[in-house]
Parts: sequence; structure tokens; C-alpha cells
Amino acid sequence: MTEAIEIRGLSKRYGTLRALDGVDLAVAQGEFFGLLGPNGAGKTTLISILAGLARPDVGTARVLGHDVLAEYRAARRLLGVVPQELVFDPFFTVRETLRFQSGYFELRRNDVWIEEVMHHLDLTGKADANMRSLSGGMKRRVLIAQALVHRPPVIVLDEPTAGVDVELRHGLWQFVQRLNAEGHTIVLTTHYLEEAEALCGRIAMLKQGRVVAFDRTADLIRRFQALYVRLRIEGQLPDALDARLVPQPGIDAVGAAAGVFLLQIQHYAEVESVLAALRAGGCAILEMEIVQPDLEEVFVQIMQTR
Amino acid sequence: MTGFLTLLEKELLRFWKVAFQTIAAPVLTALLYLLVFAHALEARVAVFEGVRYTAFLVPGLAMMSMLQNAFANSSSSLIQSKVTGNIVFVLLPPLSYREFFAAYVSAAILRGLAVGAGVLAATAPVAGVAIAHPLWSAAFALAGCAVLGAMGVIAGIWADKIDELAAFQNFVIMPLTFLAGVFYSIRSLPEFWQKASHLNPFFYMIDGFRYGFLGAADVDPFVSLGVVAVFFVVLCAGALALLRSGYKLRS
Ligand SMILES: Nc1ncnc2c1ncn2[C@@H]1O[C@H](COP(=O)(O)OP(=O)(O)OP(=O)(O)O)[C@@H](O)[C@H]1O
Ligand SMILES: [Mg+2]
Repeated sequence: MTEAIEIRGLSKRYGTLRALDGVDLAVAQGEFFGLLGPNGAGKTTLISILAGLARPDVGTARVLGHDVLAEYRAARRLLGVVPQELVFDPFFTVRETLRFQSGYFELRRNDVWIEEVMHHLDLTGKADANMRSLSGGMKRRVLIAQALVHRPPVIVLDEPTAGVDVELRHGLWQFVQRLNAEGHTIVLTTHYLEEAEALCGRIAMLKQGRVVAFDRTADLIRRFQALYVRLRIEGQLPDALDARLVPQPGIDAVGAAAGVFLLQIQHYAEVESVLAALRAGGCAILEMEIVQPDLEEVFVQIMQTR
Repeated sequence: MTGFLTLLEKELLRFWKVAFQTIAAPVLTALLYLLVFAHALEARVAVFEGVRYTAFLVPGLAMMSMLQNAFANSSSSLIQSKVTGNIVFVLLPPLSYREFFAAYVSAAILRGLAVGAGVLAATAPVAGVAIAHPLWSAAFALAGCAVLGAMGVIAGIWADKIDELAAFQNFVIMPLTFLAGVFYSIRSLPEFWQKASHLNPFFYMIDGFRYGFLGAADVDPFVSLGVVAVFFVVLCAGALALLRSGYKLRS
């Protein structure tokens, strides 16, 4: 089957900065795909090339088999993009905005679907309000509605939940999951890793324009088999446990001062030896917790090592 | 076709919603020019044989307003969309660069014609204008607005900031329209300035448009229309090449 998105050898420079550096990526039809990475990793640049907003220096990008440059009309018709920036046209109302967007995609009589999209995004009450008068979260919903107005089979959301309240986030994810269940391919970027972990079947991580991890979400987490023991103790950490100590970025000094440590173990049986070492060192345990790795931990580790 | 028509509709609605600024204001400006200049110059400036100065001035003012507003429409719409970022709404859909260009230029023409009609309607009671060759006037109005609409597209793509566009407007469009013989017949100018005026494409637009009203002009209207047409073709080629390459729109 044709890939929903296929990216080959994609590179893009801005001056001397390599925003994308030889990216290969394929997203299958019907997937719920996560594109993660720290600020400046190149996520938006990748999406911009896919959407025809930016041009690659080398490499190709295809949407359902259609090259985004050579067959731009077909590619764009199949793609719905929610831009990261909160943009709007202050001249128009919500309904006008959506009708125009629909017309740009050559859909004339599309009011039934427009009403439905507005309903799902809880915009019906604001349909005739001017865009300028909407709150930030409301404007974000209109952006999402605009991306869906032509029922694109492939939907790319660039941080759709930034600045959006909890209720809408839930509503939005339900709606997007429904679209996914109906067969739409979803590509999502977000900095909320719990979101990505809960929603995305596969994940690619970008760092400085390169793909540094690309796997099924569950496998990505499973590969980091380690367990963690989070401890708060009275006194010094025995030297015997130094080898297990995991650096906690940012909170090291504070953590040590408060007697908080994160130790890595391979399996539950090793809890015993940690306890033994603490006992031998004469430390009193104030708090103890066994932590399984989640996507956030995996993300931090990958970003530190690769 | 639907894509083009929708973009055109959006561009029309955009200026129609603020018609007070986009149509009423330039009509008022033209009326003020007419009152002041006609009063000050009626007896002093000789134009064509047997033609009153006011009758000479009105078509010039109407055309100047049309040209300036046609330019303002496409250029300001594009720069505003670029600065606010909502240009992505028209870059994401499968609109071809030709549709894109045609929509912005068509909207600019319609804005220009609306302003022109407003100026003529407002000045007619004062000046009592008769039109000798309406088809000539219509042809020049259309061609002139198309040229300025295309220039507006180019300027709107080129400018990164509203200031840069304002500079273009103040240092290129305003001088060229003002020095195109709106307020005087170039025959009254010294030899050198007459020649210089012939290098100004705006001169042919105004002269030709005025021919339609008065049946008299500085230059044969066929020549003028030819010059304007060539200028339009060159601008179209330039604008389409920019749009096609994605210059400043698709990084
Ligand atoms: N138009 C541009 N001109 C110059 N540099 C750019 C441009 N667009 C992006 N960059 C640079 O390219 C790099 C990648 O940016 P990009 O926006 O793709 O990152 P991102 O992964 O989306 O980050 P974020 O999570 O902050 O949205 C950054 O260093 C950015 O500064
Ligand atoms: Mg981004």
C-alpha cells in the first residue's frame, strides 16, 4: 500500500544552519504518528516542506504517493495542516473563514461538513463572531477546523494543544481519534509526551535535523528496560550505589541536598541489593518508589545520548 | 475555477467590509483635489483648445484614484497576510500561482473601478462631465487598474514590512501618478519634461482615459493603449515568475 507520507533524504538549510539533515521517514496509511523533538529540532520545517510552505534543498517528500513539488495540487488536496503559529484573518467571522478555506480546496457546497466540524470543536456558538474577538484557544480550534474542512486523508497537527485548556484537549483528542478510527492518517507534534505516549502508535524523534529514534511507541519504551528507584534518605548515599546513580538534569544539586536520588536497576530482584547497600551505609529511608520508564524518560535519555 | 473565485470573493469582501476607508475615503480625497485645484487653477492653466480646466481635471483625478487604489488593494492585502502569517491559508490549498495572481489582480481592478465610479459620481455635479468615447475610457480604466493591481502583487510579495510597502507607495507610485499629467497637459511643460513624461507609463493611462472623455489627448490613444498593454504583459510575466518560484512566500 502507498505510504501516507514518504520522506527521503530530506535536507534543508537556513544559511549555515542545518534545519533538516538527511531525514528519511515513512508513515503508513491509518497510522497515528508522533513527531517529537526539542525546540528547533526541525519538526515544523519538515511539516512546512510537506505542506509546500518551504522548499527542500535535496530530497523528496510525498503525500499518498504524490510528490509535494511535482504534483503539488494532488498532494495538497490530500493533506490538512494545522500550523503551529496562531494565525487568523481579522477581517472575517469563523464561518466565513471556514467557507473560504473550503472554496480554496474547490469545495463549493460544503456547509453540512463545516457545521459538523464546528460542532465537534465547540465552535457553533461562535460561528458568526469575528476572528479578532475570539480567545487564543478558540482561534486554535478554528485553525484545526480549517485544516479539516476538505476532509483530508492525511492530517498533520503541529502542536495543536499548545495553549489549549484541559477540556478542549480531551475533546480534541477524542475527535482526532475518531478521525483516525475512520481511516485518516494523523501526524502529531507535541511537547506533552504523555499525550504522545497515549495516542501515537509510532514515534519519530528529531534532534538537530536528524532522526535519532523511530519505532513503535511500546518498543521504544521497552528498549529502555531499566527500572528506577527513587529514594529520599537521611545521610550520604553509600559509595557502593554510585554506579547506579542516574543524573537528573537540572535537579542534581538540589536533589542531592534534599537527599533525593534516582538509581537505576535492571530488574526487581536488584531492589534487594540496593536496600542492603543502604543498610550497610547506615542510611534511613524516608521515601522510596519504583519507577518504570515512560516516554518522557526515554526522550530525555535519547536526547542526551545521541 | 472555484479556487480562483473563492479567493476573489474573499479579496472583494475584504475591502467591501471596510468600504468607508477603501472607497469612500479616496472619493472624498479626489473631491477635495477637484475643489481646491479647480478653484485655484481654472483661469490660469490652459489645457486643450476649448476644454475647461475642470473638465480636463476630473478624468485625471478619477484615473489617479483608480490607479492608487488598485495598487493599494493587492499590495496591502498581501503584506498584511504576510505580516500576520495568515498567508498560509492561501499557500496550503491547491491554488495554482496563476489563479492566485488572477484573483488578486481582479480584486484590485474591481476596487479601482468602484473608486473610479465613486469619483465620477461625486464630481459630476460639480464639473458636469460628458464622455465622448466611453469604450476608450473603459478600456483604459480596466488596463490601468490591471497594471497597478499587478504592480501591487509584486510590491506585496517583495516587501517584508508595511514600512517598505509604504516607501514603495510614496517614492514610486505617488510621484509617477502625480507627474503623469493629472493636473496639467504635458504640452505646457518644457521640452525636457515632456520627453521625461513619455517615459512614465502612468502618463499613457491617464492620457488615454482622458481621451475617452474629451476626445482630445496628448498622444494617439492606440499608441497609449499599446504602451499600457506592453507594460502590463511585462508586469504579468514578472509577477507570475515570482509567484511560480515561491519568492518570499515559500521559503
Ligand atoms: N525561515 C527560517 N529562517 C531561518 N531559520 C529558520 C527558519 N525556519 C526555521 N529555522 C531554524 O530551523 C531550525 C528548526 O526549526 P523548526 O521550526 O523546524 O523547529 P521545531 O522542531 O518545529 O521547534 P519547536 O518545537 O520550537 O516548534 C531552528 O533552528 C530554526 O531557528
Ligand atoms: Mg515547531
